[in-house]
Amino acid sequence: MNKSSSRRRAQIGEFWRRFRKNKVAMLGLVILIVIVGMAVFADLIVPYSKCVEQLGADKLQGPSLRHWFGTDELGRDLFARIVHGSRNSLMVGVTTSLLALLVGATLGASAAYFGGMVDNIIMRLIDIFTCIPPILLSLAVVAALGKTLRNLIIAMTISCIPGTVRLIRSVVITVAEQDYVEAARSYGTSNARIIFRYVLPNAMGPIIVNTTMMISDMILSAAGLSFIGMGIQPPRPEWGALLSNAQSYLFTAPYMLFFPGIFIILTSMAFNLVGDGLTDALDPKLKD
Amino acid sequence: MTKFVVKRILYMIPVLFGVAFLVFAILSLTPGDPGTIILGVTAKPENIAALNHEFGFDQPFLIRFFTYMKNLVLHQDMGISYQYRRNVWTFIAEAFPYTLLLAVLSMIVQSILGVSLGIFSAVRQYSTLDRICVVVALVFASIPGFWLGLMLIMFFSIRLKLLPVFGAESLAHFVLPTLTVSLTSAAGTLRLTRSAMLETIRQEYIRTAQAKGASERVIIWKHALRNAMIPVVTSLGTGFGASLGGAIIAETVFSIPGMGRLMVNAINQKDIPMVMGATLFLAFIFSMIVLLVDILYAFIDPRIKEKYKNGGRHRE
Repeated sequence: MNKSSSRRRAQIGEFWRRFRKNKVAMLGLVILIVIVGMAVFADLIVPYSKCVEQLGADKLQGPSLRHWFGTDELGRDLFARIVHGSRNSLMVGVTTSLLALLVGATLGASAAYFGGMVDNIIMRLIDIFTCIPPILLSLAVVAALGKTLRNLIIAMTISCIPGTVRLIRSVVITVAEQDYVEAARSYGTSNARIIFRYVLPNAMGPIIVNTTMMISDMILSAAGLSFIGMGIQPPRPEWGALLSNAQSYLFTAPYMLFFPGIFIILTSMAFNLVGDGLTDALDPKLKD
Repeated sequence: MTKFVVKRILYMIPVLFGVAFLVFAILSLTPGDPGTIILGVTAKPENIAALNHEFGFDQPFLIRFFTYMKNLVLHQDMGISYQYRRNVWTFIAEAFPYTLLLAVLSMIVQSILGVSLGIFSAVRQYSTLDRICVVVALVFASIPGFWLGLMLIMFFSIRLKLLPVFGAESLAHFVLPTLTVSLTSAAGTLRLTRSAMLETIRQEYIRTAQAKGASERVIIWKHALRNAMIPVVTSLGTGFGASLGGAIIAETVFSIPGMGRLMVNAINQKDIPMVMGATLFLAFIFSMIVLLVDILYAFIDPRIKEKYKNGGRHRE
């Protein structure tokens, strides 16, 4: 046990050494830490009251020292709304990706590992889901369940399950054919133990990379759905919803459009950069 | 080959049936009944019941589903819209051409831009242009399409007064929406083409061709491109789904009366037959395109053809 945990630590150290050398990926990581920090410490940066406080005299003010990113049509401080909005945007992106990963890993790994009937049933079901473009599936679910934060998360999770199942299935098939899995099976290890102890850890690389990229995609999709009014509802601050609101003031207050957009781009890009960096750092072919 | 095509088409039938069932089941979760939705909660219960009967809503779920499917397949009837009390199909027939035009135009721009820049980037790896392409692609892949659309409106329509902002009267109205949908997805195509090309160029047979003294042009166009294009073509096929999705959101930005606007409006009005019809229709179109790409794919890649010759679907 001890030996394997120290070997694991050495692997992580080696991986981190390679990741650190990649300046672009490190930049992504730094942006990511700043944005996550902003979401976690939102209340310390600017109190929540600031983003609901309506200053009638300060409606649609451009950026100034008093309101860094300006104010909206009700005189609410946009900086405060963006800082607190980061919580909702990140939360939706991360939660949906992790949920999709959980369901996707269970279904994908079972399909790959058991093969035969199980594989057939799962994959034919996934074929059906794949025929509906993700945004349509999300819209249908939101239409049926109603426009709430919880339903948005359910809708988006369902829409990204097919891709995750396919990916995990193909990765697991490759791993499950390795000799050490055959060896474990030969001395009677239980299926669950083989999957969780041997197969999944070895399939982790592509899965982690994919999840990072998926978070980026989900943040963009959530913003899109909120933008067309199908996602997070006002007055709760969320980046896509802020943009949706800004659309009405395109001519008079373009800054309302600018700042939330920049934050969405930075966050999505940071996840992509980290994902690219992870791909390179995890790829044994690129080992120097 | 014919066997493969027929098999693939026959396989679509249960899948499409499954899609219909799925969409029907999801939308049946909607709380409330058509009578209450149309007449409001204050209406007389007998009127509500009569209307529910008219919509067949007093039947059990499975019967409703099979009636819906029967009408759909035999009479191309997608039911009656709750809000307009007219056949759903008439609205879809009006809205779909706009969405299709936008999605097809975007697909064309996306493929041309993404594939050509991707090849160029890979062939001149680490050149200044390659670096620019990589950075620009990364930024565009992280931009929400609708935000880009709004920025384009601000720049081209409000500042430069070059292009119309809203509506769908002429082709000029489609320039900005097309850019909105295609620029962000072209970034993905560029990245994929570039990495597929780089991967292919590293293969042994390329080195063999080089060793034989084949010119760079022949190597790139004849040997590398054909193999590198396989993943790209597949991704363009499924990418059409993303184009449809992008078009749905872009329509809201540019006020184009397409499927996106139809659906958003229907969802806001709880017009479930309309949402159902629109979702089913788009899913059907999308499946047909994926099927087409799949068949096309077998023509491009002789290895796939060989695989299917030996019967059935294999585990990839």
